Amino acid sequence: MSSDAKMIQELPLGEYKWGFVTAVEEERIPKGLNEDVIRVISAKKQEPDFMLQWRLNAYRHWASLEKADAEPKWANIKYGPIDYQNIVYYSAPQKKKTLNSLDELDPEILRTYEKLGIPLHEQQLLAGVAVDAVFDSVSVATTFKEKLAEAGVIFCSFSEAVLKHPDLVKKYLGTVVPYTDNFFASLNSAVFSDGSFVYVPKGVRCPMELSTYFRINAAETGQFERTLIVADEGAYVSYLEGCTAPIRDQNQLHAAVVELIALDNAQIKYSTVQNWYPGDKEGRGGIYNFVTKRGKCVGVNSKISWTQVETGSAITWKYPSCILQGENSVGEFYSVALTNNYQQADTGTKMIHIGKNTKSTIVSKGISAGHGQNTYRGLVNILKGATGARNYTQCDSLLIGDKCGAHTFPYIEVKNSTARMEHEASTSKIGEDQLFYLRQRGLKAEDAVSMIVNGFCKRVFRELPMEFAVEAQKLLSVSLEGSVG
Amino acid sequence: MSLLEIKNLHVNVDGHEILKGINLTVNKGEVHSIMGPNGSGKSTLAQVLARRESYNVTAGEILYQGKDLLAMKPEEAACDGVFLAFQYPVEIPGITNAYFLRSALNAIRKSRGLDEMDAMDFLPLLREKAALLEMDEKLIMNRSVNEAFSGGEKKRNEILQMAVLEPKLAILDETDSGLDIDAMRIVSRGVNAMRSPQRSFIVVTHYQRLLNYIVPDYVHVLVNGRIVRSGGAQLALELEEKGYGPAEDLARSAVPAA
Repeated sequence: MSSDAKMIQELPLGEYKWGFVTAVEEERIPKGLNEDVIRVISAKKQEPDFMLQWRLNAYRHWASLEKADAEPKWANIKYGPIDYQNIVYYSAPQKKKTLNSLDELDPEILRTYEKLGIPLHEQQLLAGVAVDAVFDSVSVATTFKEKLAEAGVIFCSFSEAVLKHPDLVKKYLGTVVPYTDNFFASLNSAVFSDGSFVYVPKGVRCPMELSTYFRINAAETGQFERTLIVADEGAYVSYLEGCTAPIRDQNQLHAAVVELIALDNAQIKYSTVQNWYPGDKEGRGGIYNFVTKRGKCVGVNSKISWTQVETGSAITWKYPSCILQGENSVGEFYSVALTNNYQQADTGTKMIHIGKNTKSTIVSKGISAGHGQNTYRGLVNILKGATGARNYTQCDSLLIGDKCGAHTFPYIEVKNSTARMEHEASTSKIGEDQLFYLRQRGLKAEDAVSMIVNGFCKRVFRELPMEFAVEAQKLLSVSLEGSVG
Repeated sequence: MSLLEIKNLHVNVDGHEILKGINLTVNKGEVHSIMGPNGSGKSTLAQVLARRESYNVTAGEILYQGKDLLAMKPEEAACDGVFLAFQYPVEIPGITNAYFLRSALNAIRKSRGLDEMDAMDFLPLLREKAALLEMDEKLIMNRSVNEAFSGGEKKRNEILQMAVLEPKLAILDETDSGLDIDAMRIVSRGVNAMRSPQRSFIVVTHYQRLLNYIVPDYVHVLVNGRIVRSGGAQLALELEEKGYGPAEDLARSAVPAA
């Protein structure tokens, strides 16, 4: 075998740089799941009764699913059985009292976020980005609250929203992803402990980027956050989430739910840089990232745009989707998913066209290296009333080496004959020819691979806010970093 | 001192012996042309010089500036001044020509202990070279490397890269194939502008046509993995007239009967 061919097979995962553990005192409940656990979680958060009842309904539904062995098995991923009684469903850093300012936050946690490159002191933050930091089960800090409040924007932890804005939560929670939606969404609905809540009022353009940074710290803990974003008529908001976790031998479950709601003429742009711990080179450990994300373009001319860069997690099961109900509404999905070593990803989107003249765009870039298995699964569904609907899908796979796999499952269902559909797909392999060409011009082998991969993902990176596009590019390079000598 | 010395080079590709004992010396400032029929091993020689590692060298040695070229990786040879203008340049989607070229130039500069060039300094240089090759600004600034380039544009792009990277040894592998007469003139002008006592060229071609524009100091005829004749520029004219037939006869007579 030539050394180029060998090199592209041996590209190991770069060292995971976010794998440290923070020593904080945790308040956690015992392992296991039953109605009492749900009640404890709800009580700890001093939730109103409607919230508890919703959780209990979700739990009962989930329990019936579990009894019926209804955990989804259709995805192109392999993993051993998950023991749902062997997970801690609530873990929070101990705090003595309610925090009045960031200065009262445990300095260990502040340092953690600084180490992760997310300083929580407002004066150190990137101008124009407000951050909600979620540490294990709870939100520990939200920055720039006052400035946002001036514009009428609500940006707070989900727990706070339940207490301070119960009417909004009651009105919108579960309207896009009901607790009966799927096995993992039901589980999340029962036990979710925190997450972010955003409400942008009529006609307001959110004055800064909003961002949530999720960090799993505690061992044997599941993370079940729930995010709800509502953009009222004519509102605009851009939101970004990032995620990391310590290196551990055991798999950890992350089952989140995100709901987006865009009313008339509203726009939501949701970007994710997902970098959960992917497991080691032999495939030990890593996060199971089983996430339900969906947006509903309720109003006319509304727009929801998902952009995701998925480099982490042992397994990713995730389909950020759009329900295009309002006339002329627009759904977009831009995705880069990288699997290296023994990572598995089954990811894609659903575009459900209900309203007239609805339009959707799907651009998916899958990169497989090592023994990674990467699946694109997408559904474009044009319903009967969706006259004049349009979809454009581009679905590309890039293979590095010959032990990895790329799989594509596009589903297209059209029930209205006026629909216009375009689907383009390609699979390519970083070949010896490309590598030799770049190396002959003086580039080191790993820089050459990184250049080819970044070029491949360019269409998606263009959709990310500037700073995060740079981050994402670096992250891809690190994830592919090799010991090429 | 000679820039390049190839001694008794034997090369296998996919188990077949393609080069069967090449000897060739190239001095600084010389232009050598390698001619020969299809399948004679011309491109293999070019790729081995550029250090394509899947080509298996079974015997012989190559000294480049007195150093063992066969011990170098492709990027090391490139940083040391070896440049190959590819017969089939590859496409790099999503990476603009300008970004690619600046990255390459900076990789080379870095290896020589020079500061990297920023975009502000690099662009005037790139524009100057592109003008010489009459290349559209859009091709170099906005378009991805070789993506949707015509055959001729790809070849011009190779010469543009050579002009920016300023190698000591430039190997042109059938740069004339796919070029119309105007493009051939432009490409040749680019190459000739770079001829200097400090720079050597190996021009691989089927046809004598290119050598009307890039006049070589030496012509070598490669047949069946061996150089069977060497001479001055007039040898190319002779080949054009008589074809490779006589040279192939020569190759046969040079092989001892089995």
